[in-house]
Amino acid sequence: MELVASVLMLAGAVLALIAALGLQRFDDVFARMHAATKPATMGLALILVGTALVVPGPGPVAKLLLVIILQFITAPVGAHLVGRAAFRAGTELDPETVFDDLSTRIRPD
Amino acid sequence: MLATTTTIVLALILVASVLCVVRLVRGGSLADRIVALDSLLIMIVLGLAVQAARTGEDTYLDAMVVAALLGFTGTALVAKFIERRGA
Repeated sequence: MELVASVLMLAGAVLALIAALGLQRFDDVFARMHAATKPATMGLALILVGTALVVPGPGPVAKLLLVIILQFITAPVGAHLVGRAAFRAGTELDPETVFDDLSTRIRPD
Repeated sequence: MLATTTTIVLALILVASVLCVVRLVRGGSLADRIVALDSLLIMIVLGLAVQAARTGEDTYLDAMVVAALLGFTGTALVAKFIERRGA
């Protein structure tokens, strides 16, 4: 049990580190969000399931499950809100961006 | 076994948090800072969970639930704010 928990936690932590690197390396808000939303769901689920395997009793496991479910509902909504707000506020895209269908739709001029 | 792994995991999360803080300070636009702050809060939630696994202490999990809830409210609030005010 401890072995499985350790592997899950390590995987989650590595995912978190990769996302933080992405936050540094990518060039605009939207690319950075693409990196940042990975540990928010997958990394969190991995580490919390790892914790759930080693904590004693049903109470802590219920709290961990609650956080996983909440996060899986709120993370996409939050990311959508930030992306939408950033785009509508006129955040410029990385010059190397190839497709931008949204600009022509919400700003037809 | 678990003590060693949790130490490594906490170290990785610490490095990730520092990178988030660097992005938070350097910014770019306001949206960049929100994304960085959101990631930082996720790192805090992860750290609390790992610490709970390490010590077997239940209290860390209560703090974790609160941090996870506040993360979404904060992000949603500031997203509304920049949509009105502009980045």
